[in-house]
Amino acid sequence: MSPFFFWFFSAMMLVFGAAVIINRNPIASALSLVVSFVGLAALFMTLDAFFIGIIQVLVYAGAVMVLFLFIIMLLDLRAEERRKINLVAFGGGLAVALVFFGQLYLVIGQLRQAKQPFPPLALPRVDDVRSVGLLLFGNYNLPFQIIAVLILVATIGVIVLSKRELR
Amino acid sequence: MTFLVLTSLLKIFGIVFLVILPMVSYTVYAERRVSALIQDRLGPNRVGPAGLFQPIADAMKFILKEDFTPAHVNKFYFWLAPCLAMVPAIMTIAVVPFGSSLLGVPMVIADINVGVLYVFAIASLGVYGIVIAGWASNSKYPFLGGVRSSSQMISYELSLGLAVIPIFLLVGQLRLTSIVDYQIANGWMIAPFLGDPTNLWKWLLTIPMLISFVVFTIAIFAETNRLPFDLPEAETELVGGYHTEYSSMKFALFFLGEYAAMITGSAIIVTLFLGAWHLPIPWWNHAHGFHWLLISGSLGGWLGFLGGLFNIFTFFAKVAVLLLVFIWVRWTLPRFRYDQLMRLGWVFFFEIALVNIFIAAIIVAYMPK
Repeated sequence: MSPFFFWFFSAMMLVFGAAVIINRNPIASALSLVVSFVGLAALFMTLDAFFIGIIQVLVYAGAVMVLFLFIIMLLDLRAEERRKINLVAFGGGLAVALVFFGQLYLVIGQLRQAKQPFPPLALPRVDDVRSVGLLLFGNYNLPFQIIAVLILVATIGVIVLSKRELR
Repeated sequence: MTFLVLTSLLKIFGIVFLVILPMVSYTVYAERRVSALIQDRLGPNRVGPAGLFQPIADAMKFILKEDFTPAHVNKFYFWLAPCLAMVPAIMTIAVVPFGSSLLGVPMVIADINVGVLYVFAIASLGVYGIVIAGWASNSKYPFLGGVRSSSQMISYELSLGLAVIPIFLLVGQLRLTSIVDYQIANGWMIAPFLGDPTNLWKWLLTIPMLISFVVFTIAIFAETNRLPFDLPEAETELVGGYHTEYSSMKFALFFLGEYAAMITGSAIIVTLFLGAWHLPIPWWNHAHGFHWLLISGSLGGWLGFLGGLFNIFTFFAKVAVLLLVFIWVRWTLPRFRYDQLMRLGWVFFFEIALVNIFIAAIIVAYMPK
């Protein structure tokens, strides 16, 4: 059962990930990315990591991509669809991707761990929300607070910048 | 394993086709009858006794009408949008415990440990259907409706998420069945004092819980695009909003999606605040004197079976009452203006929910265990 879901959702991620860059229509690209994110979330869930999977959907698919879509819809899409494919850039990109893939293949092939099957997880089931919460608010409380203040500063900065013209 | 898959499939099928969809069609019927009652009209009363077969007639009409696709739309996305509007609304019900247990099978489709986050995640996907409908229709009014709806839903998701935090401070779990168990043991979330009326802390706790309940319920109204927040389809300003260009079954899917979202929203409110399937019954016998009787599926024999059925019935009865409140509000309050809606979300509810978390945290921290 689990291998089927693994292959299904991996294929879904890869196909729609490719669709993000192949599509000429930015809206189609953005929606493909959403489907890809949902596939990634499903993969996390097959690993019993419900929290990370749900956050993936909640933050990326549900919030970030909605804002993306929102902005793309306000742009002129026709110009993007008319643009021709730059063959030199296409070839260059393909070459870099192939070299990178070859390098990954060689490096991973040399690893000893890659040749033997992964041992099954023998750990008892843990409540991932609780563990993430305890780590975040226990061990890493100070960095967490600092990041929170940083984000607050960024938010206030955006509001100040966007209201400057009104004054 | 096979048993689990089989019972899950049965539960999914039963909930979607035997509960949600009939409930959707009869909510539409109730909406028309109650609105008629409020406006001193009769409403649909011709098809069957008291018009009870009206939903069937409506469904036939939707299916038999010509499915017209305007020439200027973006075909693929025009078709995709109604599906995207309907699916998330139904998917949310997967984590809601709609009953205790029936013949030993727990009455919840997926009892995951991040239950309420799942609800928010799927609800946040609901906006795509409306936004894509607005964009793919390729005309002005639907586009304005779609843009309005996305900003409205994003704004109210914040208060929705913040309003439930006091509950999790109290329970210490995100699993919805744990929240239900906590409510059975310690009184419903909307009235925590019920579990222990002599405990002053519980009375104090009622204040943040009531605020949570009000903020959450109003945010659900905004999330489901119901009046007084139905600006994405405000007919006086936007003709029909995001579904202006839709007709026949595709329009019906938007319509059904809206009502399904109402039902799942009510189900979440019932689960979080109103004790889900729990209904204590006052009882008296010689051995124990006066006490509250807990009916659940874990009782022995056929009594357990009846109890399980009774729990499911209780849950959906509570949902039905909330749906009537939805309808009642719709035909009582006028629509908000767009800037009022945004100010209400960002300036009032957001702050109220934040302060409420502080109040709840202080009470929970000092409350003796």
